[in-house]
Amino acid sequence: MRILRVNGQTHSVENVSEETPLLWVLRDHLGLTGTKYGCGISECGACTVHVDGEPVQACVTELGYVGVSEVTTIEGLSEDGTHPVQNAWREHNVPQCGYCQAGQIMMAVSLLRSKPNPTDEDINADMWNICRCGTYPRIRAAIHAAAKEMEQ
Amino acid sequence: MSNGPASHSHTLLSVSRREFLAGLSAGSLVLMARSVSGQSVQVVRPDQTEAETFDPDLFVSVSPDSTVTILAHRSEMGTGIRTALPRIVADELEADWDRVVIRQAIADKRLGSQNTDGSNSVRHFFTRMRIAGATTRTMLEQAAAQQWGVPPEECHGKNHAVVHTDSGLRLGYGDLVAVARTLDVPDAKSLTMKSPDEWKYIGKDAPITDMDKILTGKAIYGIDAKLDNQLYAVIARPPVVGGKVKQFDAADAMSIAGVSEIVEVPGFSGAPAFQPLGGIAVCATSTWAAIQGRDALKIEWEDGPNGTYDSTEYSSKLAASANRPGEVVRNAGDVSGPLSGDAVFSADYTAPHLAHAPMEPPAAVADVQTDASGRIRSCVVTAATQTPQSVQRTVAGALGLKPEEVIVNVTLLGAGFGRKSKPDYCVEAALLSKNLGRPVHVLWTREDDIQHDYYHAVSHIHSEAALNDKGKVVAWLQRVAYPPIMSTFDVRARRPPPTAVENGAKDVPFDIPNILIESCDAEARTRIGWYRSVQHVHQNFANSSFADELAHQSGRDPLEFLLDLLGDDRHIDLKAANLRNRGASHTDYPYDVGRLKSVTRRCAEQAKWDRRRSMPKGRGLGIACCRSFVGYTCHVVEVEVGKDGKIQIPDVWLALDVGVVVSPDRVRAQAEGGAIFAATHALHGKITFTNGRADQSNFDDYPAVRMDDGPQKIHVELVDSDAAPSGVGETTVPSFAPALCNAIFSATGQRIRNLPILDHDLSWT
Repeated sequence: MRILRVNGQTHSVENVSEETPLLWVLRDHLGLTGTKYGCGISECGACTVHVDGEPVQACVTELGYVGVSEVTTIEGLSEDGTHPVQNAWREHNVPQCGYCQAGQIMMAVSLLRSKPNPTDEDINADMWNICRCGTYPRIRAAIHAAAKEMEQ
Repeated sequence: MSNGPASHSHTLLSVSRREFLAGLSAGSLVLMARSVSGQSVQVVRPDQTEAETFDPDLFVSVSPDSTVTILAHRSEMGTGIRTALPRIVADELEADWDRVVIRQAIADKRLGSQNTDGSNSVRHFFTRMRIAGATTRTMLEQAAAQQWGVPPEECHGKNHAVVHTDSGLRLGYGDLVAVARTLDVPDAKSLTMKSPDEWKYIGKDAPITDMDKILTGKAIYGIDAKLDNQLYAVIARPPVVGGKVKQFDAADAMSIAGVSEIVEVPGFSGAPAFQPLGGIAVCATSTWAAIQGRDALKIEWEDGPNGTYDSTEYSSKLAASANRPGEVVRNAGDVSGPLSGDAVFSADYTAPHLAHAPMEPPAAVADVQTDASGRIRSCVVTAATQTPQSVQRTVAGALGLKPEEVIVNVTLLGAGFGRKSKPDYCVEAALLSKNLGRPVHVLWTREDDIQHDYYHAVSHIHSEAALNDKGKVVAWLQRVAYPPIMSTFDVRARRPPPTAVENGAKDVPFDIPNILIESCDAEARTRIGWYRSVQHVHQNFANSSFADELAHQSGRDPLEFLLDLLGDDRHIDLKAANLRNRGASHTDYPYDVGRLKSVTRRCAEQAKWDRRRSMPKGRGLGIACCRSFVGYTCHVVEVEVGKDGKIQIPDVWLALDVGVVVSPDRVRAQAEGGAIFAATHALHGKITFTNGRADQSNFDDYPAVRMDDGPQKIHVELVDSDAAPSGVGETTVPSFAPALCNAIFSATGQRIRNLPILDHDLSWT
C-alpha cells in the first residue's frame, strides 16, 4: 500500500509500482478521469497536473517522483469550478470537444502564477499543449482575461 | 381529437413511452461510467420511471414537473451539436432553456441517421427538430384549449407555459401533461411553425451544454467509460494492413503484474471494412499494466502483400497514373484544341496520407452478456463514436446478434474528424468481452492511432489549362489519382465511382468553356478513410493553387483573376453536369456562384487585399475559395517568411456563408478550428510507409500545430443568410491550405506543389 496526496486528500493505492506513470494511477486507480491521455510521451500536454504547484505531464511522471508531494488535478483546481481561469474559459466559450482542456487549464494556471501579466509571446512559449480542434485563439483570449481578473 | 388513452399508432412520429425511454436510456451513462458499485449496466429501465410523461415525439418528453427532456442523437465531438439540435427543438417548443434536460440517444435507427459525419447534422435535422418542437407545443396548446374550453387557435405556447390571449389564463407545460397525453399526435404538415423573426434560440448563442463538466474534469469520454469488473486492453496489431500473427510468446507479458489475459484477435480477410486488424490483445487490471504487457510481447508477423508498400515508390506510380488518361467523369466542350496551343500551362500537385489524430484516440468498452447455456444474448457498447448505428450493426455482425440486441451508448468524443465513424475498435472490445466473459475496455495508444488509422488518401493531381490572348482560361484539364475510400470496402476499387469525384474536381465552379476531368487508377495499400473535408483537402489545394499560378502567369492580380474565373453570378446546372450535390436538393441548395464570389470579395475586403502590392519580400497574402458541404468559404492568409525560411502566420481571414446559423459562436469556433486543423496538415501533415509500416507514430514525428506556430489571429466574417443551412465543420477547412501556399508564393516566389509545406526549404535572399 502506498499513500498519495491528491487534491488535498490522502489516498492509498495498492499493487502499483513506483515506476507507474501518475496519469494511470489517477485515472485507473483513483477514478480521477479528468486528467486525459493524449500521447504518453509528454508531447501534447493533455495530462498536465500540478505537483507541489508545478506543472508536470502525468503521463511521464512516475509515482516514485511524486512521493508525498501534493498533486492537483482539474477536479481539485477549485471547489465549484470557478477558478478565474475556469471562469475565463467559460466566458470565452473555449472548449470544442473539451478533451484537452483540463491540461490546457492546468497549464494556464501555472503560466499565470509565474507570469501574472503574460504577453502573447509568453503565452506562445508556455502553452505548448496540442488542441486538434484549434481552440488556441480562445485560449489566448481567456488567459488574458483571467490575468485581468486575477489582478483585481 | 381523441380523448382516449395516449394513442401510439396515429403517425410516424408517435412512439410509446417505453420506446421513448429506450431512446433516453443513455442518460444512465454517467451513472454507469462512474461505475457505481454493484450496479450492472441496465440501459432500458422503464419500470424505474416515476412520472407519467408526455412523449409526443421520439425526441421530446415533458414531465409533470415541467422538465422538458430532449434527445440528442448526433455525436458531440466539438461542434456543439449536442446543444444546437436541442436548441432548435426548444425554440419551436417555446421551452425555457433552463428547464431543458439533454439526454444522449443510444443507437436507434428510428431517429434517422446518427452518423455524425459529412457536416450533415443541422442540414439534415433542422426541419425534423422543428417538427419535434412544434408537435409538442401544438399538443400542449390543444390540451390547454380543451381544459379551458376555448378554441386552440387562441392558445399559444410561450416560455414554458400556454397562455390564452384574451383571458390571460396561463398553465405551465407540466400542468398540461396529463391532458396532452390523451391527445392524438398531429400530422407534421398541419403544424404551424414559428417564423424566423420569432426565433429565440436559433441564431442566438448559448454555452455548450457540457461546459461545466468539461471545465471541472467531470465530462465522460470513451476513454473514461468504465464498467465494474472490466479489464483494460491494448492490442498489438499487425504493423502492415492485412498482416497476421505468425507466432508469439506471451510469457514475459504474462509475468507483468496486473496482466490477466492475453488473447489473439483474428485478422480479417478480404476488404478491411470495419473489421479488427487482428493481433494480440493484452488485458489487464489497469491501462499501464496492459501497455507494459504489450511491450513485453514477442511477436513474429507475417506481413502479407502490403508489406512492400513504400511511399517513395508509390508516389512515382501515382504520378504516372495521373499523367495518363483516366476515366472521364466530366467533359464539357473540347479541351483538345486549346490544350494543344501555345499558351498552355501545367502543374502537378501532390499531398500525402494524413492521420486524423483526434486528441482522444479510439476507445470503447463492451460487455457481452450470455444466458445460462452460454449463448450470447446481448452486448452493451459504450464508446466515443460518431456512428452508433454502424457500431450496432458491425458489432451485431461480429457476435452473431441481431442489431437490436446490441445497445450502443455514446459518450462525448475527444474529437473525431472522421476517425470515429469507423467502428473497428468497438468490434475489438466486443470480441474480447465475448472471449473473456467480462467487460473489456479497449484503448488505442497514440502510436496505435497514428500507425493503424484509416488514412486520408495520398493524392496526385495533374492540371493543365489554356489561356487565350486576353488572358482568359479557355480549357481546364485535371487528372486526379488517389486510392479511393471504397477500397476499404472493396479490394477491387481503384478509383472513386464517377459520382464520388465531386468535392471540388468534377464540380469545379470555374466558368471555362472546355473542361475535362478524369479519374485515374490508384491501388490502396493501406486502409483509406474519410477525414474532415475529405477530397477537398487535396482537391482545393490543387484547384486554388493552380488558379493562383494562372493569375501570375497572366500577370494579373490573383483576386481579380479568381473572380473572373468564377464568371457571372449564376447557378451551376447540377443536373447537366451530373452532380450529386452531396444528396442535397438542387432547389434548396443550388450551386450559387454568386455566393462564392460574395464571400471571396468580403474576405478580401476584410483582409485589405490591396496591401499585398506594397508588402516587402518575405510577407505575402494568399487567397482561395471553395464550396464544400454545400457551404461557401474564402480564406485570405497572411504569412511572414524569414530569410531563414521560418514561417509565421500572423493573420487569417475567413468569410463563411453557411445559410441559416443555429449557433453563431460555435460556427465561428469551427471556422477558427478549421483553419488550425488545416494549418496542421498543410504545414506538417505527412504519413509515409516503408515496408508497409507507417513511419510516423506520435506527435513527435507527426506534429500538430501548436499555439506558437499556427495562425495567430483568425478573423471570421459570418454572412447573414436566410438560405437553407449548409454544412459547417468541414466547410471551414479546404480553402485554408491553398490560401497559405499562395501567400508563400506571394512572399517568396516559391510555389508549393507538394504538401506538406515544411518539407520545403523556404529560405530566400
